[in-house]
Amino acid sequence: MLDDFFLRAVLAGLAVVLATGPLGCFVVWRRMAYFGDATAHAAILGVALALGFSISIFIGTLVVALVMAMTVAVLAGRGWAMDTTLGVLAHSALAFGLVAVSFLPGVRVDLTAYLFGDILAVNRVDLAVISGGAVLVAGLLVWRWSALLTATLSEDLAHAAGLHPARERLVLTLALAVVVAVALKVVGALLIAALLIVPAAAARALARSPEAMALLAVAIGAAAVLGGLRASLVWDTPAGPSIVAVAAVIFAASLPLGVLARAGARP
Amino acid sequence: MPRLPRRTMSAAQVSARSDPHAGGCADGEGGQGCGAHPPLQPSPEALITARGLGVGFGGPLVLRDVDFTIAPGEIVTIVGPNGSGKSVLLRALLGILAPRRGQVTRRRGLRVGYVPQRLHIDQALPMPVHRFLSLPQRHGPEAQARVLARVGVPDVAHKQMTVLSGGQFQRVLLARALLAEPELLVLDEPTQGLDQPGTAAFYRLIEAVRGELGCAVLSVSHDLHVVMSASDRVICLNGHICCQGTPQVVLNAPEYRALFGPGTGGALALYQHHHDHAHDHGGVAEPATLDQQEGHG
Ligand SMILES: Nc1ncnc2c1ncn2[C@@H]1O[C@H](COP(=O)(O)OP(=O)(O)OP(=O)(O)O)[C@@H](O)[C@H]1O
Ligand SMILES: [Mg+2]
Repeated sequence: MLDDFFLRAVLAGLAVVLATGPLGCFVVWRRMAYFGDATAHAAILGVALALGFSISIFIGTLVVALVMAMTVAVLAGRGWAMDTTLGVLAHSALAFGLVAVSFLPGVRVDLTAYLFGDILAVNRVDLAVISGGAVLVAGLLVWRWSALLTATLSEDLAHAAGLHPARERLVLTLALAVVVAVALKVVGALLIAALLIVPAAAARALARSPEAMALLAVAIGAAAVLGGLRASLVWDTPAGPSIVAVAAVIFAASLPLGVLARAGARP
Repeated sequence: MPRLPRRTMSAAQVSARSDPHAGGCADGEGGQGCGAHPPLQPSPEALITARGLGVGFGGPLVLRDVDFTIAPGEIVTIVGPNGSGKSVLLRALLGILAPRRGQVTRRRGLRVGYVPQRLHIDQALPMPVHRFLSLPQRHGPEAQARVLARVGVPDVAHKQMTVLSGGQFQRVLLARALLAEPELLVLDEPTQGLDQPGTAAFYRLIEAVRGELGCAVLSVSHDLHVVMSASDRVICLNGHICCQGTPQVVLNAPEYRALFGPGTGGALALYQHHHDHAHDHGGVAEPATLDQQEGHG
């Protein structure tokens, strides 16, 4: 059954949005959009290193994304001006990654697969790794949900309730690195952040509780995967960008819907 | 404003008056003024103890040399001018801020109900009141309805936190703190935004809650007279502890007068008189509530 490349692509996409839905909500709630960008762009550097040292791309991107996410988290903790710092980090990680790839001896690396994803080329092993990582992240978020949410609402209230906000921040940092590593194949380094933010933003207009927003983000992400893959099949468009484009269309549609929903909720 | 009658002066107050640091608090002189408070006892049942606590944010310490302890059931109020480090002290005691000097110990597993001075909820985060009350511990709808009614906002459970009025928001914060069945309530200017009858009712509610739960209450307040009358101990803070003791002691301490002027004395005397009477009633027939209609009917 998994012989069909299209089915594998659908399953890989659905697995990824299972993780990016709730994680994207935290990215939106905590205003960490640039954080996602920096980590995702660092993945290209990971690709270069993995090819250079002939290790698995997944491991390479995971390690570099982890290092980048930790660096950013530490800098944030020191009170740096995050907007600028993250902007610098995000774009220099991408630039250095691209430069590093060009130095690789002998190989002609097709970078588009890593920049924009190559979901239609997902094989069985890829699918196992992607769904394993995604389920791991989703499980982690569900397990720590209450603590994560309290720490996101207010670190002061979390402290007073006996929680450790720094630990919850670390959980999100780890989750982000894993998601970057597994989503690279699906939407590519340039659009991972979009897959995190766009479904969550679309869900915001319609949701009235944090849990509803996370579930809606997963549903919207799933719709985007199905719609995007279908579009790429019918019109021969690139799959990763098509997925994000469908998510963006849903976001645009959610705005008037949200206004209507709120007006309807009013007595 | 009438001055406090001379006959109420205690020996402790007299000693405070002869304190060589008299009036020297505002200029940053160290030391525990008043001389009336017993020295910090290391007590095993203390909820929170701090020794030589100093807190800073990179620059000079904004809070230094603070020795502090609070016992179960005790009502301690911190007063001090804006920027004197009251909120910083509370946050350091709760472990939110790491001390630069000294140390803070909290009793293991201490249940705290905390009402922060400010809480900003991001527009991006949908947060209805009933969900907010269940963070991080879940509380059933009945328990939530009971406590919301008690703090005077029975109808807000399904509203978003971001649409509440300032006073409603404050009451919901208190409701969340109470739901934790705290051993220690930490309140940072909890009556900001409450109307006047609301403020009076608020302190009655706190007293009633303390009666039921037996919890200690550590609060910061600018409602000097109301708070003072209801406190076991008052700490006057200005970057360090200027003086502390029972309300009368602090009120007559030159350090306190240097910060707040003598004018507040008369108001306190009135409130204290009122407060003494309130205690004559003995048992409370019905639980105090923070009824928004109070004072109008
Ligand atoms: N996060 C922070 N970073 C830097 N400085 C801070 C921080 N929090 C407080 N301060 C400084 O510490 C000092 C004490 O602040 P604090 O909030 O404790 O005052 P306060 O006594 O609570 O005043 P208010 O009555 O206005 O609430 C102030 O000078 C303030 O600027
Ligand atoms: Mg304050």
